[in-house]
Amino acid sequence: MKSVRSMVLVSSDPVSMERGAAQVYENLKTEIETLGLSDEISLSMIGDVGRHDALPFVIIYPEATIYGPVKPENAQYLVEEHLYKGRVVPELQASHKELTGKIAWVNARKGTLPAEQRIVLQRVGIIDPENIEEYIINDGYQALGKVLSEMSPRDVIEEVKSSGLRGRGGAGFPTGLKWGFVSGTPAKKKYVICNGDESEPGTFKDRLILEGDPHSIIEAMSIAAYAVGANEGFIYIRGEYLLAQERLKKAIKQAYDYGILGEKIFGSDFNFDIHVHSGAGAYICGEETALIESIEGKRGEPRARPPYPTTHGLWGKPTLVNNVETLANIPAILRNGGKWYRSFGTPSSPGTKVYTILGNVNVTGLIEVPMGITLREVIAIYAKGMKRDVSFKVAQTGGSSGSIIPASLQDTPMDFDSFQNAGVSLGSGALLICDENTCVLDLAKVLQNFFKKESCGKCNPCRIGNERAYQILENISQGTGTMQDLDDLAMISKNLFELSNCGLGQTAGSPIRDILNHYRAEVEAHIRLKVCPSGVCPMSGKRL
Amino acid sequence: MADMVTLKIDQQIVTVPAGTLIVNAARKAGINIPVFCYHPKMEPVGMCRMCLVEVGYPQRDRVTGELVKNEDGTTKISFAPKLETGCTTPVVEGMEVRTTTEKSNEGRKAILEFILTSHPLDCPICDKGGECALQDLTMLHGPGKSRFIYDDKKLFAKHVPLGEMILLDRERCIQCGLCVRFQHEVVDDPVLHFYQRGRSLEIRTYSEPGFDSIFSGNTTDICPVGALTTVDFHFAARPWEMERDPSICAHCAVGCNLIYNIRREAKSGGKTVIKRAMPRQNEFVNELWLCDKGRLGYHYVAAAERLTQPLLRKDEKLVPVSWEEAYQRVEDKLRAEQVRLVTLAGGRLTNEDLFNFHQLNQSQNGKAVLYSQMAGGDLTAQIGLGKGSNFSDMGKGTAILVVASDLHEEAPLWWLRVKQAAQRGAILIVANARPTRLDKFANHVLRYEYGQEAATINALLDGKGKDEFTQAAKAFSEAENGLVIYGSDGLGLNGSEQLVKACAKLLVERGYYGKPNNGLLAVWDKPNIQGAWDMGFHPDRNLKGTLREADVAMIAAADPAGDNPILAQALEETDFVIVFEMFMTETAKMADVVFPVQAQIEREGTYTSGERRVQRFDIVLPHIEGPKSDYQIAAQLGRLMGLSTEDRSPVLVMNKINEKVKGYQEITYSRLAERAEQWPLISRADSYYAGTGYENEYGVGIQISSSADRGEELSLGTLILVEPQEEVATGIKVVPVTALYDRGQLIQPSQILAKRLTPQVLLMHPVLSKKYQLQDGDQIKVKVAGNEIVSGVKLDADVPQDVALVARSNGFPISSPVFVQIQRLVPEPEA
Repeated sequence: MKSVRSMVLVSSDPVSMERGAAQVYENLKTEIETLGLSDEISLSMIGDVGRHDALPFVIIYPEATIYGPVKPENAQYLVEEHLYKGRVVPELQASHKELTGKIAWVNARKGTLPAEQRIVLQRVGIIDPENIEEYIINDGYQALGKVLSEMSPRDVIEEVKSSGLRGRGGAGFPTGLKWGFVSGTPAKKKYVICNGDESEPGTFKDRLILEGDPHSIIEAMSIAAYAVGANEGFIYIRGEYLLAQERLKKAIKQAYDYGILGEKIFGSDFNFDIHVHSGAGAYICGEETALIESIEGKRGEPRARPPYPTTHGLWGKPTLVNNVETLANIPAILRNGGKWYRSFGTPSSPGTKVYTILGNVNVTGLIEVPMGITLREVIAIYAKGMKRDVSFKVAQTGGSSGSIIPASLQDTPMDFDSFQNAGVSLGSGALLICDENTCVLDLAKVLQNFFKKESCGKCNPCRIGNERAYQILENISQGTGTMQDLDDLAMISKNLFELSNCGLGQTAGSPIRDILNHYRAEVEAHIRLKVCPSGVCPMSGKRL
Repeated sequence: MADMVTLKIDQQIVTVPAGTLIVNAARKAGINIPVFCYHPKMEPVGMCRMCLVEVGYPQRDRVTGELVKNEDGTTKISFAPKLETGCTTPVVEGMEVRTTTEKSNEGRKAILEFILTSHPLDCPICDKGGECALQDLTMLHGPGKSRFIYDDKKLFAKHVPLGEMILLDRERCIQCGLCVRFQHEVVDDPVLHFYQRGRSLEIRTYSEPGFDSIFSGNTTDICPVGALTTVDFHFAARPWEMERDPSICAHCAVGCNLIYNIRREAKSGGKTVIKRAMPRQNEFVNELWLCDKGRLGYHYVAAAERLTQPLLRKDEKLVPVSWEEAYQRVEDKLRAEQVRLVTLAGGRLTNEDLFNFHQLNQSQNGKAVLYSQMAGGDLTAQIGLGKGSNFSDMGKGTAILVVASDLHEEAPLWWLRVKQAAQRGAILIVANARPTRLDKFANHVLRYEYGQEAATINALLDGKGKDEFTQAAKAFSEAENGLVIYGSDGLGLNGSEQLVKACAKLLVERGYYGKPNNGLLAVWDKPNIQGAWDMGFHPDRNLKGTLREADVAMIAAADPAGDNPILAQALEETDFVIVFEMFMTETAKMADVVFPVQAQIEREGTYTSGERRVQRFDIVLPHIEGPKSDYQIAAQLGRLMGLSTEDRSPVLVMNKINEKVKGYQEITYSRLAERAEQWPLISRADSYYAGTGYENEYGVGIQISSSADRGEELSLGTLILVEPQEEVATGIKVVPVTALYDRGQLIQPSQILAKRLTPQVLLMHPVLSKKYQLQDGDQIKVKVAGNEIVSGVKLDADVPQDVALVARSNGFPISSPVFVQIQRLVPEPEA
């Protein structure tokens, strides 16, 4: 690989592409060639780095200057000024300048931003995701090499166990333990599946990993397969993530070309193949057994459990299903050791967590911070405060596995156990932050509407309960609710939890449970006073 | 024997095989856990959540792994925090299940409340009302009131036809998926699917014609609500208005047990009529299922134009006469000196009829001929399926060879049960000249040319020949149990005889006979061919000659003249023809005396199925004025001839049969009515468990032993094969095959099946059609044995290239392979 003086990276997430990122790239390329700089400057398109306020953007290293939004016609000026003359172009720089460069350029400026720590996202936005060499230079496939040459499968599982890594898909199940289950089930054929069907509302962390650092998933899956004794893997990617699918397919091809996938990897006896499987727009396929059914070519519907996938998974064989973010932690853990990993986060929830911040805050986007940070810190430091300084009211942690976090819990450390003790959950890592102008009933209605639409319909409580819950919420918001409705809502929420078949159904009642727990007075106001305290619901239009 | 585990369900100690699901373990103990989506014949899915119960597991110490004890020394049980589905959870040793705690009662109530929010309360006009799982369980477990009284129950167009036999009411559907799973898992016709998701979930059919499955009617039995109904029974009657009468299906040799629901109604002019046919559980025969032909093909019983009076030919005309006069005429004829008598009997006669006919025939030294194109009933009586055989017991260790049979068409239930045996691990070898629906489940598929059936079986015996033959031969010889099922695909009587000899030889050489789940099984085309063989009737290779030379021919339940013009010519030369018939058939028209007889459903009797299970059927409908049973008429004639034939009741005829006929010693009507313990334990009282099929209260029948079972000396005859002669003929070779929905007398009156009837065509390979410049859909003139028939042409790339196929009993007088001349009919140019 040749060395260059500057690296120019153009964002290529769907929003950027829609806004003309491809043309920006083309124009930059033409201009660089015109000025004869092709030999000293590399130009590539990269995955999303979590900045959504200025798309499409262009990052230029080593200065780590972020420009955005960049229009195709800005390209000539940008190349001339920054790359030819060496002057930063302030008028094109992304807003919130103090943040500029820091998110993307962690390694160079480690420590300048409190608590920011990138393990999962260490290469995202830095390397060209379509170039395996850049991955390899940045410590890529080191862990796999180490595992295959120095470690036994048992060692690998022990190392993962010692790291204390817990599943990042929402449930927080200890990863090492799961690997141990699959490894301990004797079978000739086993599978490893990467769950990339990220569909929880507001969550897009997995997409950024898949788009920005696809090789990390291939490496992690290979390690996992070696550890549990599998030789075939599937990456199940949400149907809408076209770029991620494309990137993964390219990465897999490159890995085969380099002998990192296929037979006798790194001269060992380990063989491993990976297939990419596209989802088709069903939320439920994020549930691991529904995902397995979907790969088998059936309707994506959750299976009855037990048996669990660790013993009876894909085509009845023991199967390891891990979330993208969980897997993305693996190479670093194997490279640096479980002990190192435990130096981040809290004792019960080591490591980092990727959050997608959205809602009524000044800066939205993606951050990776150690477990145990509080919501207050996230809002103050990374989100740069609430928009227009309206006070924070409630946050939602993403999808069915998440829950509604009232402001009273904003000082609770965000880790699996602390949240569980507080009766809420970490969810998939979305942080929808809402201010005082938000009506919790409306929020619950939006979520319930989502579950109602996405229920697969297999089991009764979820198919009908969500519909009924939504109707009751709708009635209350229209001003036609009764106090009896609150009992009915509580009953539905309880029944969903106790009677449903899969995780989705069991947790689909959590929004209503949470608003009844934390905001009962506000909901009652809708019924007793026929007033929406936040002035959102259709029946009032007025505020208290 | 599987490992047994002991557990406690509602304070009751139950011991069941390991792996039993909680619902089934409870059912064995007489405890009913309500279910909607579970069916004992299908894999559980846990969708409806109705079976949620509290499950406790014996607690083990985490360190030592030993059971934790309570203070009183009993094992400590730790209950799961949440309810578990009884239909998906297998029992384990020491488990404790509580099905009636407040928690599980509340759960059930909530599930029912949820379901009812979306289910129309149209029970008063619903066909399922009165035998509906949802209705019953709501009464038992449901809330008295719904807390969700919303106007927006699901509103859809009702009664959507899924094909012309089944209707779907989408409002009533509770999305339990039983019908979808039945079609996919049980009968391998995956033509139903779920469409959409969540509340919008609905059932759709994706086949052309809609719901293209010969087992579709069963979905209406297992549907726990009134979402699926047959067009036949739609708005026809209410379940509680109907009486039940047990019967045996007369459409094929399987002998499915069924119940006819009857009622006397104003609509039918005060007559008692059959409203529907329902399966009756017999786990040895049809389990809980019926094919659509059996379920919907009962309408012939109501067909008009029944003969009601004896007819006598006077001055070239058949005129009604009294029974006495008719008897007298026959007696006179039979008493003539040295009269050559031939009795030709069809396979839908009962054992009692056949016995009496045979007695009469024998007294006159007549020839007893069976009207059938299949050979081998003597061999099946000797080395047939051993007593105690049951397809349900077959699996690993059993090798099943199916030769020259399209079981799916010839005997649907056997197809289903053979398929399931193969899925349980039985080695299945399918040998046929063309692909059939069984190939998919076969371990070995062998192809031969039509005419090479016996040679193929011989090759299996030698273990020589092509690679797949040696493999199949090896697989067949290495099994613990072996079974050969032979049919009549492309065969006439000659071919059948060669084939069955080869099959018998194979079984004898391999030792697969004289024990349960071993032996020979014939796929007869009529319900009681085996019984006819046992009573002494055999097919005749030269039926034409036999009839021509006869002085007196007694023909019962057969229409040779209608089936084959050659036989009609032969009959013209017979001096005196006596016909026993329900209808004025072509043969009856040629008769000198015609006796009107009762239909199967108007009388009692027994059939011996292909598996040699003797089963009795009851009177379903009161008989119409006039006709008598065949056995009665035969007995009357016998008495006139000085015999002591029994004419009072079939029960008494059977008592004579068991004295005289080998193998029938143990058969009496009372023994035939004995029940047997069957699993699953179904009951109409709780139809939510296994559908609305009837439990068997009328007896499961008795499988009679073979000579080999009894240890008798076998007389199999020479099993030496005659090399098939090269036929020197010109034209196109046509072979007969069996189609389920043919144009037989029993099926045509069922209008509901009209669209599914097999097209009247010559089925040929495109290569063959090219030779004759024919295209799909062409009309041709076929010259066969001096007759000309117009037929269609259908192309099928799956059939062999050198022969054309034609369905039996489908308006084409071909019952054995024959060469025909064909000529394309050119539509006349328009003027």
